Amino acid sequence: MTAMTAPARPGEDDAMLRPLPWRRMAGVTWRQHRIALAGVAVLLGALAVWLWIAGLPLHHAYDAAVACHPASSAACQDLAATFNGTWDVMGYAAIFLQLLPALIGAFVGAPVLARELETGTFRYAWTQGFGRSRWALAKLVALAVVLAAATGAFSVLLSWCYQPYLAAGNQALGLYGNSPLVTVFSLREVTFPAWTLAVFSIAALAGMLIRRVVPAIVASLAVYAGLAIAAAGLLRERYLTPLVTSSPNVPGTAWLLGQSWTKDGRFAFAGNPPVSLLNQFCTFTQSPGGKGGGSGGGPSSSANPFAQCLAPHGYTMWTSYQPASRFWPFQWIEGGWLLALSALLIAATIWLVRRRAA
Amino acid sequence: MNVVEASGLGKRYGRTWALRECTLEIPAGRVAALVGPNGAGKTTLLNLAVGLTAPSAGAVTVLGGRRAGSPAALDGIAFVAQDTPLYKNLSVADMIYVTRSLNRRFDQPYARARLEELGIPPKRKAGKLSGGQQAQLALTLALARRPWLLVLDEPVAALDPVARHDFMATVLAAAAANGVSVLLSSHVLTELERVAGYLVLMSRGRVQLAGDVDELLAAHGQASLEELALHYLRETTPEVTR
Repeated sequence: MTAMTAPARPGEDDAMLRPLPWRRMAGVTWRQHRIALAGVAVLLGALAVWLWIAGLPLHHAYDAAVACHPASSAACQDLAATFNGTWDVMGYAAIFLQLLPALIGAFVGAPVLARELETGTFRYAWTQGFGRSRWALAKLVALAVVLAAATGAFSVLLSWCYQPYLAAGNQALGLYGNSPLVTVFSLREVTFPAWTLAVFSIAALAGMLIRRVVPAIVASLAVYAGLAIAAAGLLRERYLTPLVTSSPNVPGTAWLLGQSWTKDGRFAFAGNPPVSLLNQFCTFTQSPGGKGGGSGGGPSSSANPFAQCLAPHGYTMWTSYQPASRFWPFQWIEGGWLLALSALLIAATIWLVRRRAA
Repeated sequence: MNVVEASGLGKRYGRTWALRECTLEIPAGRVAALVGPNGAGKTTLLNLAVGLTAPSAGAVTVLGGRRAGSPAALDGIAFVAQDTPLYKNLSVADMIYVTRSLNRRFDQPYARARLEELGIPPKRKAGKLSGGQQAQLALTLALARRPWLLVLDEPVAALDPVARHDFMATVLAAAAANGVSVLLSSHVLTELERVAGYLVLMSRGRVQLAGDVDELLAAHGQASLEELALHYLRETTPEVTR
């Protein structure tokens, strides 16, 4: 055999090789994902401008309506109506904005690995000196941090914009108001970045499993939809044990979960009283307005008319609710489990990258 | 020292063995050619050697006993995969930047000079280059890493004859000037005639013959590598099918 110009230089074994510095991945990640990141910047930037343009008159209308005295005067009623009218647009906007974390997370997350696998460039990327596990970890973490920062900043502006609808005492003034635990809860300062990261991680893992960009986006949006519905419909109201009160005056910013009735200290029925009972004991000149127990709309802070007419007959209404003071604990609980889920999914993705056979 | 050493190496996809019982020592300082028909297991063997795939059986080490895919192995081996995958939406300059960032060594002046020589503009998107230029770009990026071993999977299969010739000329120049060991796979035998000093003949997932080209030619009484390969493959195929 020919004598070797020894490629095996001394001190070049694994143990002696210091890993390449992480910062080298910053420029690499930027170059590969700048179009997606620019898309996110344009989308959030345009919506931020719109939130600002819509938010200023909304805040002016709210300040004017709150400052007006006496509240029952015609002028004040007009101001209240002006403010309430803004919900027409902002209510629909809130629904549309719910899509943002899903869209941003899916469109940035899915291509990270799916594009490499789809086009075969993983054969290039995973045979460079950086090492494929560290390459994947650096990319996913860098993108996650950038997305969290951008959506975090956006959520501050969004929270400012929607704040008037979430203030205490709106109902007393005849203004539209709802619980901060319900309206735009998943778009607030902690939950917006957390949901974005969760969808990003779901999409990255889906991309690794499905190996195609578009199906991975679709799959991650479907998983997000299921998760969001489960969170809003099942999980969120159970983050902390609800409070139960027999007082008819639950604050208007509370999230009302349900009612149950007792008669002489024993459980009688849940929800609204049966019609037979109302016919027996209650006489209304007109049908009662707010039904109370729902989670949407503006729950009434005035005494429940059913409770008033049934009370003399031994019935007590118990309302279970989450007080608005639990807003931040709820934000952190939801943010916490979403963040834990994201970390788990990213770890699973990297594990798959490590063990995937070409 | 051997650039690739395999013992009892096997790789199974589902129920099919793409490669089995492969025991092999490819010496350093040579241009070694992996020859065989499509589906012979060439790509599988290369993927195992560069650490893209983990073996189902046996073991493979590279660069004198390093585990394939280990940091030291990745550091010393440059791989150009089949169809020379590049980030199509990145410019040539960006591809240089990315490759430099991902590796411990990168000879940027060499890469720049070589691409200028080839007339590949740095601002052009990699996806807009011709097939021959893309192959040359991928090869230049690989060589600029100053590897000990250059692994090429079917590098010229998709190229026209001129691009094919130019590509192989670059490989040979690098092998001669820098002492880079080369391991390449091909089913285009004529291209290998002038190039290969070491031959590994594969078919149906097995290594049929391996050794120094001159010695093999002498031992089997064949005039050219092509004749040897054809003769040997024809001769062994029925035996393999059995």
